[in-house]
Amino acid sequence: MRVNFTVNGRPQEADDVWEGESLLYVLRERLGLPGSKNACEQGECGSCTVRLDGVPVCACLVAAGQVEGREVVTVEGLAEYAKQRAEGGCGTGACGTTLQDARQWRATGTDSQAGQGTELSPIQQAFIDAGAVQCGFCTPGLLVAADEMLERHPNPSDADIREALSGNLCRCTGYEKIMDAVRLAAARQGEAV
Amino acid sequence: MPTNGAPTKITQGSQTKGGIGESTLRPDGILKVTGEFAYSSDMWHEDMLWGQILRSTVAHAEIVSIDTSEALATPGVYAVMTYDDLPTEVKNYGLEIQDTPVLAHGKVRHHGEPVAVVAADHPETARRAAAKIKVEYRELPVITDEASATAPDAILVHENRTDHHVGHVPHPNIVHRQPIIRGDVTQAARKADVVVRGEYSFGMQDQAFLGPESGLAVPEEDGGVHLYIATQWLHSDLRQIAPVLGLPEEKVRMTLAGVGGAFGGREDLSMQIHACLLALRTGKPVKIVYNRFESFFGHVHRHPARLYYEHGATKEGKLTHVKCRIVLDGGAYASASPAVVGNAASLGIGPYVVDDVEVEAIALYTNNPPCGAMRGFGAVQACFAYEAQMDKVAQRLGMDPVEFRQLNAMEQGTIMPTGQPVDSPAPVAELLRRVKAMPMPPERQWESSEGADVRQLPGGLSNTTHGEGVVRGVGYAVGIKNVGFSEGFDDYSTARVRMEVIAGEPVATVHTAMAEVGQGGVTVHAQIARTELGVAQVTIHPADTRVGSAGSTSASRQTYVTGGAVKNACELVREKVLEIGRRKFGSYHPAWAGAELLLEGGKVVTDGGEVLADLADVLGEEAVEVEEEWRHRPTEAFDLRTGQGFGHVQYSFAAHRAVVEVDTELGMVKVVELACAQDVGKALNPLSVLGQIQGGTAQGLGIAVMEEIVVDPKTAKVRNPSFTDYLIPTILDTPTIPVDVLELADDHAPYGLRGVGEAPTLSSTPAVLAAIRNATGLELNRTPVRPEHLTGTS
Repeated sequence: MRVNFTVNGRPQEADDVWEGESLLYVLRERLGLPGSKNACEQGECGSCTVRLDGVPVCACLVAAGQVEGREVVTVEGLAEYAKQRAEGGCGTGACGTTLQDARQWRATGTDSQAGQGTELSPIQQAFIDAGAVQCGFCTPGLLVAADEMLERHPNPSDADIREALSGNLCRCTGYEKIMDAVRLAAARQGEAV
Repeated sequence: MPTNGAPTKITQGSQTKGGIGESTLRPDGILKVTGEFAYSSDMWHEDMLWGQILRSTVAHAEIVSIDTSEALATPGVYAVMTYDDLPTEVKNYGLEIQDTPVLAHGKVRHHGEPVAVVAADHPETARRAAAKIKVEYRELPVITDEASATAPDAILVHENRTDHHVGHVPHPNIVHRQPIIRGDVTQAARKADVVVRGEYSFGMQDQAFLGPESGLAVPEEDGGVHLYIATQWLHSDLRQIAPVLGLPEEKVRMTLAGVGGAFGGREDLSMQIHACLLALRTGKPVKIVYNRFESFFGHVHRHPARLYYEHGATKEGKLTHVKCRIVLDGGAYASASPAVVGNAASLGIGPYVVDDVEVEAIALYTNNPPCGAMRGFGAVQACFAYEAQMDKVAQRLGMDPVEFRQLNAMEQGTIMPTGQPVDSPAPVAELLRRVKAMPMPPERQWESSEGADVRQLPGGLSNTTHGEGVVRGVGYAVGIKNVGFSEGFDDYSTARVRMEVIAGEPVATVHTAMAEVGQGGVTVHAQIARTELGVAQVTIHPADTRVGSAGSTSASRQTYVTGGAVKNACELVREKVLEIGRRKFGSYHPAWAGAELLLEGGKVVTDGGEVLADLADVLGEEAVEVEEEWRHRPTEAFDLRTGQGFGHVQYSFAAHRAVVEVDTELGMVKVVELACAQDVGKALNPLSVLGQIQGGTAQGLGIAVMEEIVVDPKTAKVRNPSFTDYLIPTILDTPTIPVDVLELADDHAPYGLRGVGEAPTLSSTPAVLAAIRNATGLELNRTPVRPEHLTGTS
């Protein structure tokens, strides 16, 4: 089957999709967006968390056909998404990025080993600064989930953070630096307002 | 230059930014937060096929027949391979003993053993084709424990063993046996006022790294293959892969793909050979990615263990003797079992002074899932048991458990049960003092003006208590872990360092084969190069087999050993750069002839800070490059009868204090805080050090209260191969982990550093158990603790 949907503001068309394929498979293997991760493929680890019409979901549990005509935001689009939200453009995920914006953003991502010059969302920057990234496999899902929580809940308590991120497994960090990162992003967000 | 336990002082590079001791940020951080970092499961190639492995549905059986015809006839399938299709006489692999078949030959020895492989143009086509392969099994009785393994009429898991351990084991179903005998326990036991005996059992833990086993094998024009793979040791994989493919090692090129965690679970091969076989057979690139279900079968686990201990002590609180017997279940294949046995035995009594010791450790061959390396490697199981014993002895003596440990704590100069002196700082008593001195978390944290916050209570959002029946407990534990490969292993690493001027700036490039699995080795290599070469810009070359072996990312060894190799190569580069400088500029300034010249901030300076030249001018068009192996001091094998020998390179120590709250009515446990104190010798990157300690601590919490691979004792089949049924700690299960880092230099090690990664995984588990015992008064001799153990309903 053919699936038409929007990913990070860009219209996408996936052809020859087998009916049993997940959104995760289509993103990773058909659209060249492997940022959403495949740690369990059974909805337990949260590493494939994306936003579907603004709602965080496990992409592994969404059948590809279900996203027909809908809007998906992945970790690859998180910086642009957060930027538009900050500029007051749109916080729902349904506003889209122009093709030109999307291309510009793609072009700056890989110009050096450390990716200097890449524009990051506040939560991405906080994860780096706080040391919340080790192997990094849980990171994309956590970023999408944490960004969505901060959008709803700009001043979360520790218990709020833990509850919101309890669907995202991390095996490296013991979560302490992830807590630090989310607190840092929330504090920076508070200062900026 | 003995430092007597003081922190290491750095001269060279101390004025250069981003060097060792700073919390510089990961060079791969931005790629990882933007989703651009290419993990092994992200690999993609034009025209690639997907590989799928068919695994045995039974644990122990003869294979009567395999029919692949229907699978081969499936549209989209390019190849199906079984044992009969292996190209050479070499059909087995293994880390130490080559006992593991690439594909089953006439017999399967554990549930989930690879039997056949399929390549197809879509992963679902490959899966469905694999399901069409008909395998007829004739089931055999299963060996599942020591009794069934060593019974007089026991079936041998491996007939006709020829490995180098078979001559000294009491039964062919025992992989390896290591006794440690020191002093005279019978004599010493007479001095004991109290004797405490205990029997303990430790469940099977999974590494549960999040990035599944995966990789891409690309056939090359010269008949070779290029494998992009997530592993802990490229060169070890290479040595095992090439012979099975019938290729010389130079025709098997290996590049490290992004690794999503490891924790020991990637020391053994998983899909490496299968992907290469299919790529060479089909002439097309082949990608294999396990799903989580398969991952539980696709790598070895931490050995479950039975441990039997006897501790004696005088009424003054001095240990008189320790006897112990540790039985590790190695499962169907040897993997790292012999080395795990050596660790369990030599570290079996913990960080204590005991002159009279009798230890025996064995690993069994059974039909349970194969077990091998996992963070802590044999020392974890022992620590769980000896720390439980220390609490029991203290209780019998009426002593405080921390004071009792401190009274018996080893220190620099203590002789290990192996006869090896501990010849660097061993601040065991101090770590206990520090962790005990940390502020306690407030009582009844769940109470708020709006009532109980169930998220902070046992049972959490299940809303099972609002504080009724909840009791707090506190427990302590301390452990000892070796750093580096032991028992005489040639544990070297290799680094290639290049310095040249690019766009007017001196730039260093560090090329090693070190597997970055998340630990931050790449960060530390860049820091070392900045410190040793006084430059700002360092490029970390991707890890591959075009440079010499770095050894394994295991045993807390990479910062020590590959860090040591990078430091050493940088020092050689620095000498060469200074030689060039002397040649070019020596006649202009007498200081060039002086001994102490430093590279700082891109310049050559005297130790007084006088600038002699810019590195850009010294180097000009020249590039300086060095590739050099580096070794730590040698170790020796343990004597097979007495266990005596200088077996370990370095020891690492951590202590924990656990605070738990237990709902005694329902048996739910909330770990409120897990405080840790650890000596790291020198924190090369303090932020990464904390990350290692907190991560290791959380894994110890997991095996204390939730994680366990459940194997059916009747069938030896795995019952919970999923994250639905095998639970690893979530952010709600994991408490705050305050850390107190001590830096006492080990003069034998680069910068005085001490391997960090594993020690916190040891003491975390027994500290949690001790806290639960403290809260409940129960004996709790097995881990993980389940609700039924606390409510008496098991």
